[in-house]
Amino acid sequence: MALLQTVDLKRYFGETRAVDNVNLSIEEREFVSLVGPNGAGKTSLINVISALLQVESGKIIFKGEDITRLSVTERVKAGIARSFQLVNVFDDLTTFDNVALAIFSREGKTAHLATLAHLDHAVADEADRILNQFGLAAKRSDNARDLAQGERKLLDVALAYALKPKLLFLDEPTSGVSTRDKAQIMDTIASVVRGEGITAVIVEHDMDVVFKYSDRIVVMAQGAILAQGTPDEIRKNEQVAMVLLGSSGPDAFTRKD
Amino acid sequence: MPAARTGPSLLMMLVVAVPVIAALAVLPRLVDLYQTELLIYGLTFAIAALGFNLLLGYTGLLSFGHSAYFGTGAYTVAFIVRDLHVQSMELCILGGLLSTLVISALFGYVCVRHTRIFFGILTLALSQVLWSLAFKFFWVTGGTDGIRVARTGVTLLGGLIDFKGSGSYQKFVYAYYYYVLGLFVLATAIMWVIVHSPFGKALQAIRDNEIRASFVGIRVRRYRWLAFVISGCFTGLAGVLWVPLNGLTTPEILYWPFSGEIVFMTVLGGFRTFAGPIVGAIAFNYLKVYAVASSQYWQMVLGCVLVVLVMLLPTGIVGTLARLATKLRRG
Repeated sequence: MALLQTVDLKRYFGETRAVDNVNLSIEEREFVSLVGPNGAGKTSLINVISALLQVESGKIIFKGEDITRLSVTERVKAGIARSFQLVNVFDDLTTFDNVALAIFSREGKTAHLATLAHLDHAVADEADRILNQFGLAAKRSDNARDLAQGERKLLDVALAYALKPKLLFLDEPTSGVSTRDKAQIMDTIASVVRGEGITAVIVEHDMDVVFKYSDRIVVMAQGAILAQGTPDEIRKNEQVAMVLLGSSGPDAFTRKD
Repeated sequence: MPAARTGPSLLMMLVVAVPVIAALAVLPRLVDLYQTELLIYGLTFAIAALGFNLLLGYTGLLSFGHSAYFGTGAYTVAFIVRDLHVQSMELCILGGLLSTLVISALFGYVCVRHTRIFFGILTLALSQVLWSLAFKFFWVTGGTDGIRVARTGVTLLGGLIDFKGSGSYQKFVYAYYYYVLGLFVLATAIMWVIVHSPFGKALQAIRDNEIRASFVGIRVRRYRWLAFVISGCFTGLAGVLWVPLNGLTTPEILYWPFSGEIVFMTVLGGFRTFAGPIVGAIAFNYLKVYAVASSQYWQMVLGCVLVVLVMLLPTGIVGTLARLATKLRRG
């Protein structure tokens, strides 16, 4: 049974079909990339599945249960976490507190108001471990707003990861960062996700990144799924090359024009 | 190697708090009766502002209706003393806290469905409902005359200390000063723990980014509501303590300008710091008393201070001092 399944999922904005009859199935421990031109509906699809956007019609089945009507927090508790295209962290909290908060929340401790947060050593140790994994240990006492863009991107992912989700959506985790940082961010994400056996769905524009890290690639266009398959299958798909690159041919994805 | 812990140092907090409490404890021996009385007012308002700032500084919600909870606490004491003939201040505190708990839970339930200006307007509107009730139902509330609560009518520490007989005014001021100081220290300690607890961190996360807060699993509305109730109860406690000192409660403390004064105190001290509201409340109290005493245009004096404050010291007294201290430390 698939970990996540969407059934005829729809979300329109007036005449615009942001998500149009999407039937997507994600298996456990898969690393799936969601690609497509701007406006293809990749982020909208993630927004609908994570409850940032309401569903127009259709169903979302997660771990065999219909979660279509669940709220954001209920879906988080069920095991779905996400990061955001534009960095979305707690700017006036320290890097450490950002991650610690996610751990407190996961453990149902955020309602505790008679204990001092920093004296919870189990949470502090785990937060430090996660900051280490994401290469943010040196910045643990800095406010999130003072981090560099690449670090903020990593913190955004670390926040989602600290929730120990079954399914992790990453919306353009490398957008707006330098090529050097991009490789580092992706290596960090891949090692963490694969190491923990987390199922990940990543929205990405850089096809080199997509081909390198994905088990499966899902190509979207105009709100619908155009094609899906392994990196090799997608590389050879001429229709995909036309949609993504505007040209086709056997080496369309490697040709440097 | 374990990394250094982040978070407040208990030792540092004590280094600041102990001398301040010690100074406050000896102050009545150094200043006259009037100054001591002013300080009781200051400490009372400090508890109110501390509660208010849990919403503004830590949760990011600007309430323009905190007079409602101060007034609820005050009127509850007046009703208890007048109608139930209870003298014990401890029972009055219990009653006042219970009634503010109910009112703030009710008002908060409505208000936290909104944020920003809509939240502010709702808190203002609801507080004015209470004001009009106090104003119009004069057979219950005494209307504009209010309800008198004579200091001779209350006892402290379960009847251990009363204020009957000669010299009672002086005795009241000194005894009540230490009573309020004790409760102020307790309230401040409780608030300090709350804002440094996981719950306090969750509130700050909601203040920073409510969407992301819900995406880490925090039930934003419920937490705002809880913060609202706690905030209301602190302000209610201040109202309870204020009544015997003032000797009278009138609809004025339910009226919106008093809500504005609570905002003023907090902004004056600095709403982004824990101690800001405390310093702001005490400073505001002196400022108002001396402005009233020195000029019939005292509102203009306060207005000018507010304008200067917003333009020159947007982080308030404590915020500015903290920044200066950091600058000095860095050389």
